[in-house]
Amino acid sequence: MSEARAAAPAGATSAVFSKSEMMIVAAARELAGQHVCFVGVGLPNIAVNLAQRTVAPDLELVYEAGVFGARPARLPLSIGDPTIVTGATAAVSMYELFSFYLQGGLVDVGFLGAAQIDRFGNINTTVIGPYDQPKVRLPGSGGACEIAINARQVFVIMRQSTRSFVERIDFRTSPGNLGGAEQAERIRREGGWLGRGPSVVITDLGIWHFGDDGEMRLDSLHPGATVDEIRATIGWEPRIAPSLATTPAPTAEELRLIRDELDPGGAYTQ
Amino acid sequence: MSTSKVASMRDAVAGLVRDGDTVAIEGFTHLISFAAGHEIIRQRRRDLTLARMTPDLIYDQMIAGGVARKLIFSWLGNPGVGGLGAIRRRIETGQPARLEVEEYSHFGMVGRYTAGAANLPFFPIRSYFETDLPAANPLIREIESPYGDGKVFAVPPLRPDVTIVHAQRADAAGNTQVWGLLGCQKEAAFAADRVIVVVEELVDEAVIRADPNRTIIPGLIVDAVVVEPFGAHPSYVQGAYDRDNRFYLDWDAITRDEASLDAWLRDWVYDLDGRAAYVEKLGADRVAALRPSGTAPSGVVDYGEYR
Repeated sequence: MSEARAAAPAGATSAVFSKSEMMIVAAARELAGQHVCFVGVGLPNIAVNLAQRTVAPDLELVYEAGVFGARPARLPLSIGDPTIVTGATAAVSMYELFSFYLQGGLVDVGFLGAAQIDRFGNINTTVIGPYDQPKVRLPGSGGACEIAINARQVFVIMRQSTRSFVERIDFRTSPGNLGGAEQAERIRREGGWLGRGPSVVITDLGIWHFGDDGEMRLDSLHPGATVDEIRATIGWEPRIAPSLATTPAPTAEELRLIRDELDPGGAYTQ
Repeated sequence: MSTSKVASMRDAVAGLVRDGDTVAIEGFTHLISFAAGHEIIRQRRRDLTLARMTPDLIYDQMIAGGVARKLIFSWLGNPGVGGLGAIRRRIETGQPARLEVEEYSHFGMVGRYTAGAANLPFFPIRSYFETDLPAANPLIREIESPYGDGKVFAVPPLRPDVTIVHAQRADAAGNTQVWGLLGCQKEAAFAADRVIVVVEELVDEAVIRADPNRTIIPGLIVDAVVVEPFGAHPSYVQGAYDRDNRFYLDWDAITRDEASLDAWLRDWVYDLDGRAAYVEKLGADRVAALRPSGTAPSGVVDYGEYR
C-alpha cells in the first residue's frame, strides 16, 4: 500500500503528507467539540485518536465490540483488539452497547465507510448488482444501519471515484438524507429517530457538508486537489460552495502524532 | 454436587452436533472457537445452518469444508483485510452450490439471540427504517407500537440447536467465566438447546464461587466442557494470547482460490487429529510471540462474608 505524498502548498508547516494523512487530519478536526464517538477500524480509528490528542481531549471512544471509554495503548488492528479493553472505562455486552449506548442516544458521532454513496448521503455496503445474484457481495450492514439512525450525527470517510460516488446506489444499507432534507426530516420526526443523519463526508480530495436541502456540497478542497478531479471522480453534477476553501495542510504536530504515535508502521497512512 | 461434563472435543461434537442443525459459534473477534469449527469439519457434518454475527475466517473454513447449506449473519468479511473467498464464491457464482443467506444488522442479530434466550416471540429495535434490508429479508418486519407511539422493526427469535463458545475458564459443571469483550455469547448460549463450552483452563468450583459477577454462563445450561488451550487461535483470549493478525492477513491469499483452500484444510484440519497437534504444528515461537507483552491484573474486590 504505497501512496504518493503530495507537496504541500507554500507556507505549510510540513513538506509532504499522504492523502490518507490529509483525510485523517481533516476528520480529526471535524471532531472538535464532540464528546462521545463511535469508532470504526482503519482511518476513523486513527482520526479519533488524533482528535483525542489535539482538538477533543475529552473525547470518549465507543467500540461496537462492547467498549466505552477506550484508551488503546497501540493502534487497534481489528475492531475487537484486546488493547481496546485493557484500561477502558467499561467492557459491556453487545446488547448493552447497541441498546443503551447507541439506541439510548448517548453517541454524538458515528463513523461510516461506504462502497457506494449518493448525493444525499445514503450508503450501500451490501451488494453491487442485484441482491439475489450479486456481482460483488460486500460485508453488509454490521452496525452501520443502526448507527446511521441512532447516532446524533454521522461522519463518512471514503475515497472518491465514479464507482463509489454514484447517482443511484445498488442497495440502501444505511439511510442518509433519503430523497432530500424535507423528506428525511419528516421521516426522522415521525419515526422518533435520534439521529440527524450525515453531516460531513471526508474524501481523499476534499470535505463535503450537507446543505439545507440535504445534498452534499463541496466546501473545501485538499491542498493539491482540483475541481476537475472532483468532477472526474463523481457520478453526478456536484454542488460546489461559492466560497470554496482550501483545507489547511496537516501541521507538523499532527503529522508527528500520526507517524510517531498512532501509526508508526504506516499501515494505514502510507 | 454435580457430575463432570468434561469431554474431549471429538466426543462433544460427535454427541451434540448433528447433520441439519443450526449451529452458532459466537465470539466477537475475541474467543472464537476455531478448535470446535475444525472438529465439525473433520467429522464431516452436513447441511448445517451456521449463525454468527461476523462469519469471520472460521465460517469461511467450515463452508469451504462443505458443512453448511445456509448462513445467518450481520457482517461478512475478514475485518480490516478483505473478503471471505469460499463464502463469496458460493454467493456470487453459486458454485458448487448456492449458499442460502439470511441477513441482519449487528443489533438485529443480538436482538434475535435475546428473544431466543428470553422466550419472546420477537425483539423490537429502532433500526432498518428506510433501508433495503427488510425487502432482502422478509423476516425483518415493521410493527406498530401497541401504545400508539410509532413504528419499530421486529426480528424473530433465534434458537440454535447448538451454541459453542470459547472462554477463559469453567469448572467441571460448566459454570463459565469470561473477561474482556463479551460479544453476544451469553444471549446465544441461553437461546440454544445444547451448549458446548471450550475453555483455556478448567478450574475448581471454588474459583468460580469466589467471583460470581464474572460468570456469564451457568452450568445449568451447559452440556459439555472441553478443555482446549489455544483453541481460539487465530482469534484471541484476553490475558492469555493476542489475535494472530498475521494469520488474518495470510488468509486473504489462501481463500482466493479453491485449490489453496483445499490444501490449507488438508494440512491444518484433516491431517491433524485435534487442537494439540495444531498447536504443535504452529510452533513454539509463533505461540510465544502471541503472549501479552505484560500483565494488567484487575484489582481485587471483597464480596464480604455473611453468616
